[in-house]
Amino acid sequence: MAAGRFPVEAGHVLAFGRALGLDQGLPRIGDVAPPTFAIASAQFDPHYPLRPRPGGAWHGSGGDAGLVTERAGGLHGEQHFVYHRPVRVGDVMVGTTRPGEEWEKHGRSGRLRFREQITEFRDEAGELVVTARSVSVQREAS
Amino acid sequence: MTGLREVAIGQTFETVVVEDLKRTQIVQYAGASGDYNPLHTDEIYTTKIAGYPSVFAHGMLTMGLTGQAIAGLVGPENLLRFGVRFTAQVWPGDTLAVRSSVARIFEDDGAPVAEFSVSTVAQSTANGEGREVMSGYAHARLAR
Repeated sequence: MAAGRFPVEAGHVLAFGRALGLDQGLPRIGDVAPPTFAIASAQFDPHYPLRPRPGGAWHGSGGDAGLVTERAGGLHGEQHFVYHRPVRVGDVMVGTTRPGEEWEKHGRSGRLRFREQITEFRDEAGELVVTARSVSVQREAS
Repeated sequence: MTGLREVAIGQTFETVVVEDLKRTQIVQYAGASGDYNPLHTDEIYTTKIAGYPSVFAHGMLTMGLTGQAIAGLVGPENLLRFGVRFTAQVWPGDTLAVRSSVARIFEDDGAPVAEFSVSTVAQSTANGEGREVMSGYAHARLAR
């Protein structure tokens, strides 16, 4: 998730809301963003890996069907949000991500590695707005 | 201020948040969220390279749809916590229903808070009963 400056813009909240099936007009400054909107901070993360870059390699299909990558094996296992206050249109947040715990489980289909990432979003006054914790699951050869 | 004034433990709510999920809505979500993982939008890659039967929705699309339902119930400014585990994939064609129930009511900073247990279930023409695709919890401040 995002490291860096994350402005909560009306047009972005509009597009995000539409993707969730909302049929609303342009949100106004101060309107509460959807509960999961902090995840869209990916748009503002210059190093977000799941976005193609000009001139960079990309594993999706083009002239051929694409490439097998390690990245393709990781799935989103859990997501948790703590709202210290609502996220509102007009907020400018800064997200700081740190690694959390890591653990393994042995399942029927092999070894599963769980990795936690914690992102704190603070407003311009430095106050916490949202704490996000995500857990990704990677299957590994046992 | 919107929100729930009176809830009782055990009270349940159910909302259908999407019917017959279209690939185009998954594309919308990819564009808005910034998560362009081709597993969600690139049928050729997902079937031929990754070996899935089709593209599938971002877990966060399911969580987002579920969050809208919860926010609609409790009032978006009253949500204090929301967390989930993704337990199965959501496929194009699925209809998703959010079931929430009041698990407990407790005091936080002197204000009443309701904890909901949340379960999102996918139904498709292939499975009449449905299967749980996400489960979790939400904490919401109650209006006084």
